[in-house]
Amino acid sequence: MSVDKDIRFLTPPSFEVKKKKYCRFKKSRIKYVDYKDPNFLKKFLNEQGKLLPRRVTGTSLKYQRKVSTAIKRARHIAILPYLSDLLK
Amino acid sequence: MINQYETVFIVTPVLSEPQMKETVQKFKKLLQDNGGQLVHEEDWGLKKLAYPIQKKTTGFYNLLEFKAETTFIQKFETDLKHDERIIRFLTVRLDKHAIEYNEKKRAKKAEKKEV
Repeated sequence: MSVDKDIRFLTPPSFEVKKKKYCRFKKSRIKYVDYKDPNFLKKFLNEQGKLLPRRVTGTSLKYQRKVSTAIKRARHIAILPYLSDLLK
Repeated sequence: MINQYETVFIVTPVLSEPQMKETVQKFKKLLQDNGGQLVHEEDWGLKKLAYPIQKKTTGFYNLLEFKAETTFIQKFETDLKHDERIIRFLTVRLDKHAIEYNEKKRAKKAEKKEV
């Protein structure tokens, strides 16, 4: 009797490759994060106006630091809200 | 030591347009009297604030970019603080990337105007 050595699954496993995240600053070679541009900074905030974590946006540590200071500056000069309900 | 700085400040919306211009002029004069060199200035006009400041929901935004001594900033900021017409201000030292970015932005704007 021949034993089937191959493993068989009842439901074939999907081999979808997850899309790799990338740092948009490194990719497009942006060196300075402008705190005066609210529409750009909104990409790094959630609906409540909180900073999104790096694991969501894929930003590298170096630029995440710069984004965070830029957002804090924008909040100080009332370009972005400190807290809100519907930012987007 | 001379550094390049950028100051954004918000003037109260209570003032009329010429009064607002006068306020800006005052700080420009202060800058020039203290050996500062104005690189660029911008007037963003009356803008809505993201949250109320001193019970005001709008304000005149102004931006000054200048080269000045480090010691001047302290004086400049106390003057901004003591002026009742200014409701918010922020001074930032520009590093080389920031200067490059600003120059590019200005060049782009100038190009648009020409076309």
